[in-house]
Amino acid sequence: MLRPRVIPCLLVRNGGLVKTVRFSDAKYVGDPINAVKIFNEKEADELIVLDIDATSEGADLDFRMIANLAVECRMPLCYGGGVKTVDQARKIIGLGVEKVAISSAAVENPGLVSSIADEIGSQSVVVVLDVKKRLPSADYEVWTHNGRKCTGLSPIEMAKRAESLGAGEIVVNSIDHDGQMKGYDLELATRVRHAINLPMTMLGGAGSLADIGHLISACGVVGAAAGSLFVFKGTYKAVLINYPSASQREELISSALGDRLFQ
Amino acid sequence: MITIANYGLGNILAFANVYKRLNVEVSIAENADDLKAASKLILPGVGAFDHAMTLLDRSGMRKTLDDLVLGKFVPVLGVCVGMQILARSSDEGRLPGLGWIEGQVKSFRSLDLSETPPLPHMGWNDVRPVSSNKLFAHLESGARFYFLHSYYFNCDRDEDVLAVSSYGTDFSCAVNARNIFGVQFHPEKSHHYGSRLLKNFAEL
Repeated sequence: MLRPRVIPCLLVRNGGLVKTVRFSDAKYVGDPINAVKIFNEKEADELIVLDIDATSEGADLDFRMIANLAVECRMPLCYGGGVKTVDQARKIIGLGVEKVAISSAAVENPGLVSSIADEIGSQSVVVVLDVKKRLPSADYEVWTHNGRKCTGLSPIEMAKRAESLGAGEIVVNSIDHDGQMKGYDLELATRVRHAINLPMTMLGGAGSLADIGHLISACGVVGAAAGSLFVFKGTYKAVLINYPSASQREELISSALGDRLFQ
Repeated sequence: MITIANYGLGNILAFANVYKRLNVEVSIAENADDLKAASKLILPGVGAFDHAMTLLDRSGMRKTLDDLVLGKFVPVLGVCVGMQILARSSDEGRLPGLGWIEGQVKSFRSLDLSETPPLPHMGWNDVRPVSSNKLFAHLESGARFYFLHSYYFNCDRDEDVLAVSSYGTDFSCAVNARNIFGVQFHPEKSHHYGSRLLKNFAEL
C-alpha cells in the first residue's frame, strides 16, 4: 500500500532556518542541518527545503548549502528556490537531491519544465504553485517571487499544464493559510487533486495532526507538508523540532483513509 | 570493500554515509582503475534511462564492470535507474541496457489498468519478498521503502523476481540473477529498512 506522505517543509533564508506567516515576518528558528538531523532520527517520510531568498533576491543558488543538506539527509529530499535553468537542476540532482522544485521560473517559462524533465526525468521535477484567493470573487490565483507578484493565472490550469509538460509532482502552497496553523485549504486541495493525475502535496495551514487527517480524508493518498507544525510547540510557538512517531502516523492514516487505498 | 560506481548519477554520498554508519568499508570509484579493488559493487542512479546509459558509457567504466560482474562474479546492486539499466531495454529510452538480467523496463502507463494511479509512483510502499532470500533477511513483515519512478522491471523469468510491490498492479521491485541484484526503491533513503538491506548486501 502506498502511504500518504507527511513532509516537514523547511524555509531557508541567508543559510538560516526561518518560518513565515502569510509569506512575511520571517522568524529565525535555527540551523537547517540541525533540523535535518532531528528529522533523520524521527524517520520523516520526506523533506522539502525551500530557499526563499534565492528567487526574490535574484541571487545565485547556494550549492554548498544544498550539498550539505543532501549529504546529511537520510530521507528523500526536495530542494526548491531560485532554480531557473536545466544546468542548475542537473547540478542539484548530481549533489544527491532526489527532487528539484521550480516555482517562478515554471510559471514564467513553462517550457523549462519539459527541458528539465528531459534531462533528469519527470519523477524528479516538482512544480510549486504559490496560491492566494482574490477577494471578493474568491478565485484562486498563482503568485510568484515569494508572494510578491500576481500572475492572474488559475492554479488549476497551471497544474494541468505542468502535468502535460512533464512535471512529476505538484506542490500547492496556500499563501493565505501559511503560518496560520488553522488547517489546510481543503477546497483548493480537492480542486487541484481532481484536475491532475500526478502526486500532489499541500502546504500551508497545518496546525495539528488532525488537520493532516482532514487533508487525507479529502484527497486520499496525498503529500501533507507543514512548516510551523513541525518547528513550533505550544501556544507561544516555542521552537521545538517535532514529528509524529511511526505508530501515530499509521493510526492517523488508517483512520483518515478508510479503505480508499491505492493497492 | 563495497565500491560505489560514480558515473555521474545518483546519491553516491548517501550510500557511502549509510555504510560508514554501519562500519562497513566503502569506496567511491571515479574511473575504471578505482573499481578493481571492489568485492561488492553498487550502481546507483536517479533520472532517465538513456541519460544513465550515456553517462555510464562516457565514464569509461563499462568494460571493467562487465569483467568484474560477468567474468569474476562480483556481486552488484543496481538501484532505481541503476537497476533498470540491468535490463535489455526500456520503454523510456532508445539505447540498449546492460542486458545483465533478462527483462525489459516497462511503463506503468502501458498496463491495461481500469484506473491508472497517479504517476510517478512516489512515496513509501510495502515490499514483499517472494521467497526467503539473504537480501531481505531480518526485514520484518511490513518493511517499506521509498519509491520514485514511472517505469518498472519486467523479468522474462519468474525466478529472477526477488520481491514485489503493489501500485495499481503487482510489479517486481527487486530482481536477482546469479551475483546480480537490483532494487527499484531507494534503500539509501529508506531509514532503518534501507540500512538493513544495504547491510544484508554487504554481508552476502
